[in-house]
Amino acid sequence: MEEKQDSEKRNFFSILLEEISKSSLTIIILAIFTGLVLGGILAAGTTQEIYEAFDESFSTGITESLKFIWETYSSLFIGSVGNPSKMFSALFSGDSQEIRSAFKPFLESLVVTTPYLLTGVAVALAFQAGVFNIGGEGQLFMGSIMAGWAGWTFKGLPSIIHVPLALSIGILAGALWGFIPGWLKAKTGSHEVINTIMMNYIAFNLSQYLIIGPFQDPNESFKTRFVEESARLWRFFEDPLRLHVGFIIAIVVAILVWYVLYKTTWGFEFRIVGLNPNAAKYAGINSSLITILALTISGAIAGLAGAIEMLGVNFRAVQSLTTGYGFDAIAIALLAKNHPLWVIVTAMLFGFMRQGSRVMQINTGIPIDIISILQGFILFFIAAPAIIRTIYRLKEPKQTEITPQLSGPGEKL
Amino acid sequence: MEPILELRGITKRFPGVLANDHIDLKLYKGEILALLGENGAGKTTLMNILYGLYTPDEGEIIINGKSINCQSPTDAIHAGIGMVHQHFMLIPVFDVTENVMLGNEYTRMAGFLDKPKAAKQVRKISDQYNMQIDPNALIEDLPIGLQQRVEIIKILFHDAEILIMDEPSAVLTPQEVDELFNIMDNLINQGKSIIFITHKLSEVMECTDRIVVIRSGKVVGESTPEEADPEKLAAMMVGRPVELKVEKDLAKPEGNVLKVENLTVVNKNKKIEVDGISFEVKAGEILGVAGVQGNGQTELVRCLTGLMKAELGTIEILGKDVTNADPREITEQGVAHIPEDRQKDGLVLPIPVHDNLVLNTYYHKPFAKGIVMQPDEILENAEQLVEDFDIRTPNTTVSVSGLSGGNQQKVIVAREFSRPIKLLIASQPTRGLDVGSIEYIHRRLIEKRDDGCAILLVSTELDEVMQLADRIAVMYRGKIIATVDAAIATKEELGLLMAGVTTEISPEKRRPTKVREIVT
Repeated sequence: MEEKQDSEKRNFFSILLEEISKSSLTIIILAIFTGLVLGGILAAGTTQEIYEAFDESFSTGITESLKFIWETYSSLFIGSVGNPSKMFSALFSGDSQEIRSAFKPFLESLVVTTPYLLTGVAVALAFQAGVFNIGGEGQLFMGSIMAGWAGWTFKGLPSIIHVPLALSIGILAGALWGFIPGWLKAKTGSHEVINTIMMNYIAFNLSQYLIIGPFQDPNESFKTRFVEESARLWRFFEDPLRLHVGFIIAIVVAILVWYVLYKTTWGFEFRIVGLNPNAAKYAGINSSLITILALTISGAIAGLAGAIEMLGVNFRAVQSLTTGYGFDAIAIALLAKNHPLWVIVTAMLFGFMRQGSRVMQINTGIPIDIISILQGFILFFIAAPAIIRTIYRLKEPKQTEITPQLSGPGEKL
Repeated sequence: MEPILELRGITKRFPGVLANDHIDLKLYKGEILALLGENGAGKTTLMNILYGLYTPDEGEIIINGKSINCQSPTDAIHAGIGMVHQHFMLIPVFDVTENVMLGNEYTRMAGFLDKPKAAKQVRKISDQYNMQIDPNALIEDLPIGLQQRVEIIKILFHDAEILIMDEPSAVLTPQEVDELFNIMDNLINQGKSIIFITHKLSEVMECTDRIVVIRSGKVVGESTPEEADPEKLAAMMVGRPVELKVEKDLAKPEGNVLKVENLTVVNKNKKIEVDGISFEVKAGEILGVAGVQGNGQTELVRCLTGLMKAELGTIEILGKDVTNADPREITEQGVAHIPEDRQKDGLVLPIPVHDNLVLNTYYHKPFAKGIVMQPDEILENAEQLVEDFDIRTPNTTVSVSGLSGGNQQKVIVAREFSRPIKLLIASQPTRGLDVGSIEYIHRRLIEKRDDGCAILLVSTELDEVMQLADRIAVMYRGKIIATVDAAIATKEELGLLMAGVTTEISPEKRRPTKVREIVT
């Protein structure tokens, strides 16, 4: 009986997850393409000049629209990857100053990708164990503020000790923020979706209090002090390029999580609990423990994301609203079908879009929010593959699985 | 004589599968036609076509000499076809009349429901066929057997002439099955016609007029109960000779393996499901637990395997107290468990066959070294078991969800039998399987017994328990109300025990086996 209720509770999310995990690569690529087309139409449709062009004549309107969409996406590309011709000529000229400036957008996009990658892996890991970590944002906040605290409180430590110390404290803070809802779910059955969201609010408000309270810079209001030089992450290039070692850490974490999930008994247990909690129980797996572990490790990784942002990019916390990383991470994980290695790709997609949209806004005046709409479209189409199949006349995936059923026990397949 | 229903050349293709291959079928007025076939033979597809759920790729359906086009169940109902599904489509909190009139409501002016009129009609139908249904009873208060009658009334209320019954006896006790057959007699005697889908040979022999056997989407034979015998029909279904009787020697029981004392299990709602029962199972014997579904067998098994907590009492396995131990501890004691619901508990459907074959041994050598899993060893193990247990799968890396029910069950059996075990707890090991797989699993169980394994076999199929078990314990309302020697137990006696009747029955008072006149 209890299992039955359990399965009903999981229903909505499980169905969503199942639909998304079933979708093929073709569907995902077509969904991204369709999302871009619709996003372009929407961008054009919200621009005054386009209407004026249509007033002139229909064909002018169409050409203007196409020109506008081309401009939009090319500036998105230049903003996120860089200007190809500039990149080539810089490479040929061999001037390091020129190369740095030509490749700046690309390297900056990797900086933005880093927190996406880590929070995406965090959410994917939890999903694999059948728990929904909506609390990535809060865990990231806690990791960030606590890593910062360690960064400016300890003084005179060598970098080799100070950086790992500050990162670890950030990881612990995120882990604690994941552990609490995990423990509540395992012990009381309360749903992790609700509790991780609640933990987000606690994290927001707690960190706001710390920023304007105990951690506030005595010389500047609404901001904390800067972290010590010794606690800052090593950067690959000179200023203003910000690409730091955190990106490499994120890639390593993604590979590590992939290895544990797919190559070890722990990962096997995680996945079994995620796919069929009843069978996990039957197989003697302690699913309460797995649930707690999954949310704790997920929180730890999200905490690491926050710590890396603090020690590699921001160096101080400023009173602010959410960063959105923890929420976008859910989309990133779903898009990657919760596979940690695919998360590297989808996180880059999101990171590059986020970086490029700033340039796009400056060049074309299209608000950054169009990117959120675009991402929304993409996810929508992936979650509703029937629409994509109808638009592109794709056939339903062949149900070859039926075949073995028909051969009677008498005949070999 | 003109058939009331005729199917001509019905063909239905699914991607990669020919589910129905030019099937011809005739149904005459006032007869019971048995559609016999294994799971996946195409019976259900054919009936879904007839009921308008699928459209055939080729062929036509002729009712009373007129070709009809069934696009939806509504069309089928209008054409006089009704279907009793295996899983009832009733709303538990509505009463009988409300359920019956659903979809065909009698109304007074301005759209008000005319329930009394409908109730009268329900009573009339019930009396006409001697079904003894109270129109005002709530569905949730009715036993399963009576709920099924409500389903039949529902169909008759829609003026059906042709009734399709999909495995109607699967959920009933032997007595209820007899009563169902009586009602089916009444129906055909008053001019209705019935298509009876089943894979149980004994029922086909007992209650039908004509038998059509389907295999791999084709009609492979037709017979009558007088001409056919079970062996021949089984061979026709499977496509090769089948051993229906399980060959086994007398058990040689040795020491106690499982000892249960005064075990009480309560469910989440504090209802007592297992009520202070005690029994033991010795090495080398099969203790069968018979009983109608829902009399505590599920909870008993779940408690023995550590999936549910015991409220009172003790469970000892090989002298060690394992009351309320966790499932892994119990498995490590050498206990294998074939769970009642293979898809829910026994398998992880989306993952490959080879991973399912190590579902509860994955952490042991050689499948894992430390925490690192050894994919080569796991694959090798899988290839070996697929070979040994004749699991029909394209390869070991396909997900288990793609296998047929019988092969899914074989995956579980292979996994559980492939490690050294002292006690096997098998719950409904052959539910929903075809004759071939049943035969195979039965043989394996007997082999395991002869190897000196203690087996607790829980099944609601009385035939299965009687064939396999050495002793039979009958569960009724959470208690074991009798334990009998399987060699001398009769079906009637066990059937009465399953219904809770414990008084000694003298031989003369035993119900005579029902003999039905064949209507020609």
